[in-house]
Amino acid sequence: MKNTISARVADFLKNYPPFNEIDIKEIESLSEEISIVYKVKGEAIFAIDEEAHKYFYVVHKGAVILTKEPNDEVVDLCDEGDIFGLRPLIANENYKIGAKAYEETILYAIPIVDFKPIIKKYDEVGTFLIESFASNTRNPYSKSHRGKLYGASESSENAKVGDNQLLDLQCVHYSKKLVTCTENTMIKTIASTMTEKKVGAMLVLKEKLPVGIITDKDIRNKIATGLFPITSRAKSIMSSPVITYPKKMTVTQAQMAMMKSNISHLCLTLDGTTNTEAVGIISKHDIMFELGNNPAVLIKAIKRANGFKKLKAVRRQIMNLLQGYLDQNIPLTLTSKIISELNDACIKQIIKIALDKMEGPPPVKFAWLAMGSQGRSEQLLHTDQDNALVFEDVPDYLLRSTRAYFLNLSKIVTKGLFSIGYEYCPAEMMASNPEWCSSISEWKERIYHWITNPGPDQVLLSSIFFDYNLSYGDPDLVSELSAHIFDTTEKFPNFFLHLASGALQSPSPSGFFRSFLVEEDGEYKDFFDVKRRALMPLIDGARVLTLSHKVKSINNTAERFEKLAELEPNNEELFMACSYATKALLKFRTRHGLLHNDSGRFIALNKLTKEEKIKLKRCFKTIKDLQELLKIRFKVTNLLG
Amino acid sequence: MNLFKKRKKNYPDFWMDYLERFNAKPENDLSKIRFVVLDTETTGFDYETDRILSIGALSLQNNHINVNQSLEVYLYQHFYHAKNIQIHGILQEEPKERITELDALIQFLDYIGNSVLVAHHAGFDRTMINKALNRHGMPDLKNKFLDTSVLYKRTLIQSPLLPVKPQYSLDELAEKFDISKKDRHTALGDAYITAIAFMKIMQKLKTKKNFSVKKLLK
Repeated sequence: MKNTISARVADFLKNYPPFNEIDIKEIESLSEEISIVYKVKGEAIFAIDEEAHKYFYVVHKGAVILTKEPNDEVVDLCDEGDIFGLRPLIANENYKIGAKAYEETILYAIPIVDFKPIIKKYDEVGTFLIESFASNTRNPYSKSHRGKLYGASESSENAKVGDNQLLDLQCVHYSKKLVTCTENTMIKTIASTMTEKKVGAMLVLKEKLPVGIITDKDIRNKIATGLFPITSRAKSIMSSPVITYPKKMTVTQAQMAMMKSNISHLCLTLDGTTNTEAVGIISKHDIMFELGNNPAVLIKAIKRANGFKKLKAVRRQIMNLLQGYLDQNIPLTLTSKIISELNDACIKQIIKIALDKMEGPPPVKFAWLAMGSQGRSEQLLHTDQDNALVFEDVPDYLLRSTRAYFLNLSKIVTKGLFSIGYEYCPAEMMASNPEWCSSISEWKERIYHWITNPGPDQVLLSSIFFDYNLSYGDPDLVSELSAHIFDTTEKFPNFFLHLASGALQSPSPSGFFRSFLVEEDGEYKDFFDVKRRALMPLIDGARVLTLSHKVKSINNTAERFEKLAELEPNNEELFMACSYATKALLKFRTRHGLLHNDSGRFIALNKLTKEEKIKLKRCFKTIKDLQELLKIRFKVTNLLG
Repeated sequence: MNLFKKRKKNYPDFWMDYLERFNAKPENDLSKIRFVVLDTETTGFDYETDRILSIGALSLQNNHINVNQSLEVYLYQHFYHAKNIQIHGILQEEPKERITELDALIQFLDYIGNSVLVAHHAGFDRTMINKALNRHGMPDLKNKFLDTSVLYKRTLIQSPLLPVKPQYSLDELAEKFDISKKDRHTALGDAYITAIAFMKIMQKLKTKKNFSVKKLLK
């Protein structure tokens, strides 16, 4: 009997081959016979050699991974609308490949008995199914899948990563002889100097710090067009603020940085921020001949993606790249930088797509902030999304409508992030929550409240929020917010004490006899929680120490420790050890996450090799030392006593 | 022994058949329990004066829903409130096959048997159906009930940012779990959304410590 659900199923099926060839009436009656199956991530649908089911399957939501022996080699990944499990339809034998839910999945199971008459009636359907089955590609109509037999693609992928290994590691050569001017230099003088020195760009300095940059393009676009007279001064046509990077960059990073910001010159400074002296400049020309790298291709693909679905496909490629990097044992600092840039580009693109979907442009300037691991550029795997939005102050009577606009925008963005694989934050720390979508004054007020009333909740919230990083929008809003945090913490140094004691509250990683402490109950009983017990103490420690040193614009934990080592030479050894431990643990987590297609947070101890265990334990020693330092420096014991 | 005397009262056969099915030992294995996820559309929210317009129900076992084993019945209305048409989109003249309230109840009881019933804001559907049963001289339903709005709350984590709301609408659940809201406000359409949400909620609850089927069905 036809009902609401069968109509719903039919409505879905009719859009996908081979069902699009079938008369709608027949799809409707077929839909009445199907089963809807829910599979959690990782759950098997059928295994190799399992007796054939009475159904074949269509993915309604989610994704299914098909694997074959040996070593669970990946044959194919099926998305919405793809069909799989066709063997019982064609041959009367057991399954030769296995199928597993790659993410949370809803399947339509189509009974073979009811489908056979349809094959007989429609030649196209039969041909489609046989071709799909034979070529192991789901959709033989699409050229891109043709001939992509399993195995071949896998090995060529690895080879590609191998070829580019050198590029990824090679430090970029930059010109150390800076050609500079001041804000008041005349354009004419600048142009003649640039011609004389044969450079394409000139840095504008103010008290040795870079404040702007002028390129050939600026002179062409702003002077030659008559927009500004040739008598103008540097200040009026320079691009500002300058996008700066640390001097130790690889070719790949430099290239990605340029593509990301769509600029042709990079300014390198001592520590990578605009607050230190400029030391060099890299032009597009410098690295042009070294083009052709995988991440660059991905960035392009991201920028070209005009819908969430396309981005999702790119995200999967990013994970492949990550796996390749880990397999090649490329240093994690590099790996995480590249992957973070790619993730960052994805987020930017999602916001762009979301802005296009909105009815009008944003009423005022805004900034989209990534928080937590994303903010620290430590997010290699898909984890939860933590984000916030800050917008310019508006008059009271406009606050409601302005917030409504940004809340709508945030809803589209968080949904987009969700659809490419970022789970919703279970604590609703997302810009779609009205609490996390506020004007700059509201944020300042809230931060002031956290710092002046540091209860456990406030410390927790600030520890998540203070690692923010601008993903999209106006950098001035972010600077204003950072300045506010430093000003307030300076006035209320007591806050550091609470932040430090928060950092000491993570449960200990090892017990009295140096044995691992594992979870005692719940889903992950007997697993080791590498995030909570090992990474969090390091992340929290780095945060409170850098905040107390007023170090701006460094969010990455490993980099924070490196900076701390520089600031406190007497503790250099400990901080370098912390930096190393952070990287080692992060790599550990990433490897395990990729292995199990999850966040990698929980590790089964019995699966670790002896060597891995020793490595982990070495990190624990460093964590203990760091915690001792925190205790003494911030006199945390006073608080407890 | 008073209880037994009461039961001796002359109930119709379909009710006795329904009761009979409760003699089976209750199942404790989650994958073997048959859940019936249901939703009723009504003329309003007053238990005394409002009536059931339609019942939609589907059966769920081991995370499988068989489309051909679902129930969708529309009831004759002797009086109806115009205001409801806007919400439910059920027009009285709409050419849908209709049956009497009693027939609907008979079909419904036969369909549910001793299954565990699941609904969003289950208390409402339960009372609506019980009132209808009472009108025809029958006692209340004997099935165990689960409410997805209550279960959902148990999945939420404790966070200073997340004040637990007293109520979560089916729309909110659909949004959270990324379920298409197509066919919202038809009984079977809502039952379907509830069923998908229920499976996702159960998945979350199962992984919590202290979870047991017995406790769930207490």
